[in-house]
Amino acid sequence: MTGPVLSVRDLVVEIPTRRGVLRPVDRVSYDIAAGEILGVVGESGAGKSMTGNAVIGLLDRPARITAGEILLTGEPIHGLNGEALRRLRGRRMGMIFQDPLTSLNPLLTVGDQLTETILEHLPVSAAEARKRAIAALEEVGIPAARQRIGSYPHEFSGGMRQRVVIALALCAEPELIVADEPTTALDVSVQAQIIALLKRLCRERGVAVMLVTHDMGVIAEAADRVAVMYAGRLAELGPVREVVGNARHPYTAGLMASTPSASGGHRRLRQIPGAMPRLDAVPDGCPFHPRCERAEARCRQAPEPMLQTCDGRAACWFPVVADEEVPA
Amino acid sequence: MLAYIIRRVAQSVLVLLITGFVAFSMFSYVGDPVENMLGQERTQADVDRLREQLGLDQPFVVQYAKFLGQAVQGNFGLSYRQGRPVSDILSERLPATLELAAVSGLMALAGGIGLGIFTAIRRRGVGANVIMTLSLVGVSLPTFLIGILLIYVFAVQLGWLPSFGRGEVTDLGWWTTGFLTVSGLKALVLPAITLGLYQMTLIMRLVRTEMLEVLRMDYIRFARARGLRERAINFRHALKNTLVPVITITGLQLGSIIAFAIITETVFQWPGVGLLFINAIQFVDIPVMAAYLMMISVMFVAINLVVDLLYFAIDPRLRVDGRSGGH
Ligand SMILES: Nc1ncnc2c1ncn2[C@@H]1O[C@H](COP(=O)(O)OP(=O)(O)O)[C@@H](O)[C@H]1O
Ligand SMILES: [Mg+2]
Repeated sequence: MTGPVLSVRDLVVEIPTRRGVLRPVDRVSYDIAAGEILGVVGESGAGKSMTGNAVIGLLDRPARITAGEILLTGEPIHGLNGEALRRLRGRRMGMIFQDPLTSLNPLLTVGDQLTETILEHLPVSAAEARKRAIAALEEVGIPAARQRIGSYPHEFSGGMRQRVVIALALCAEPELIVADEPTTALDVSVQAQIIALLKRLCRERGVAVMLVTHDMGVIAEAADRVAVMYAGRLAELGPVREVVGNARHPYTAGLMASTPSASGGHRRLRQIPGAMPRLDAVPDGCPFHPRCERAEARCRQAPEPMLQTCDGRAACWFPVVADEEVPA
Repeated sequence: MLAYIIRRVAQSVLVLLITGFVAFSMFSYVGDPVENMLGQERTQADVDRLREQLGLDQPFVVQYAKFLGQAVQGNFGLSYRQGRPVSDILSERLPATLELAAVSGLMALAGGIGLGIFTAIRRRGVGANVIMTLSLVGVSLPTFLIGILLIYVFAVQLGWLPSFGRGEVTDLGWWTTGFLTVSGLKALVLPAITLGLYQMTLIMRLVRTEMLEVLRMDYIRFARARGLRERAINFRHALKNTLVPVITITGLQLGSIIAFAIITETVFQWPGVGLLFINAIQFVDIPVMAAYLMMISVMFVAINLVVDLLYFAIDPRLRVDGRSGGH
């Protein structure tokens, strides 16, 4: 295959405030290939949404990209202005938000919202757009799509609405989807269906998916590779089986130990002591060292080693060695 | 839907009965019209005869029932002052007020919505901030002062527009209109601005607040994420959602335009029902006053009803039909 659909290189997002500049995203790098799901996981406030918003070009002021690159199929898009970005959004990259109840305009029918998106981006007639809208609803598993196209969002259940949202994000056939906590607001029973749908669409269409979540269970279920974020930085990046089963970064290991589904339920759940630092109080050295049981003098003084996208797995001076952490 | 409308109409009738009662009973204690009508040289016999003629000797409840029965037929009795049927006097005066209210209402609506959208979309711009500051002045200046200022500038100093009256009107038989002559149109300008300015600033501020609120919603963000144009986002997605809450308050505002017309009509000596009412108060012309109040409350109730129906038309969530997908 050719290169990755999305390449993020040393991305820095900063928020100027009265008491100094905050860095919710600090030198983050990763790639996503076509047909691949990259899970981005971390505690609330780790900078996951900021990263996703930066990619899609929807950072809220005053946050802005101050360094690094975002490449979409090799072309830099981090410097694009409003109109050029707008043309990419929806057409080449789509976004799915957390809450399907509020993502859809309550006063427009599902069909209106689909066709307006299709007509905005694709050179098709209104009749063809309608046909594609129906096909898009069918593809995401809405029963009787032809009849439902004239329905308003409130006439769908939560899970069905998230399917509509996915159809909307995909209807102009983008190459990249950023899904920000797409299952968090849904019932547990529906979550698995939505994840399965995302996986299927990703495989069938070869879309690159950035799946943002704080739920390790979702990651284990859906992702091909995982990026673990902590205090705006990448802590660990690697194939999902290895990261979940064999975490190198002490933070990832702690995260696994505190997740019931990922730890297989046969271990006692452990919590990581302390809390993630606030952005205006990120400690020197490795940001995780105050909570880390492996921390030594070096972790307090020197910044953690930068994680190389290709080879290195964990941004840690003293990564967990495989055989010492694998349970019997 | 039909049940809802029937319920609303029933409520409206109840409201009208109550306002009718309040108006009627209030006026019964305002003063004795007989005193005014007969002047100084009168005998007790004259007084009694007139009281009987006017039905004032009967018990209160009977008077009220009679009043209602007649009112439903559009008959409000004779004006104490002019001795002519109140309904005739009202229908002569009504076109002037309705034309004035319609013009200033449209102005307030178009200007208010337009400026509201503008100040919301360009909320950091210079123009928006200037308009917002000016609108504070518009809200805080009393209507009569605005009227007098406008008269001073455009009628007295510049001499462009007339300062009082309706100008030349065309009689269509059942309606007199000022729309068909130049002088009639000119005469409308200042009173319409005076009457509409306050409502326009209110609508503008309301639209702005609502629109800013809506622009923060997730579905606007999602519309952006789908790459829709700003135009479509502002006017298709945001405006429609803005209008839902705006409609209610705007509807009530339009109702109050007719009520507020009293002041404007007095300032501009506009020959409408408001001026009629003011003159009626001075003369304790109870039938005219009661009829005027009833008319105003009918308008308020009718506007409310229309507003509710508009609400239905614009917001699908209120329409209950069989297609609901359940939750
Ligand atoms: N306008 C802002 N001013 C200051 N800090 C902000 C602002 N917006 C977001 N943040 C901070 O940025 C960090 C990253 O947020 P976010 O990306 O939403 O986290 P996540 O999605 O991982 O939960 C958080 O710590 C949040 O408090
Ligand atoms: Mg988030």
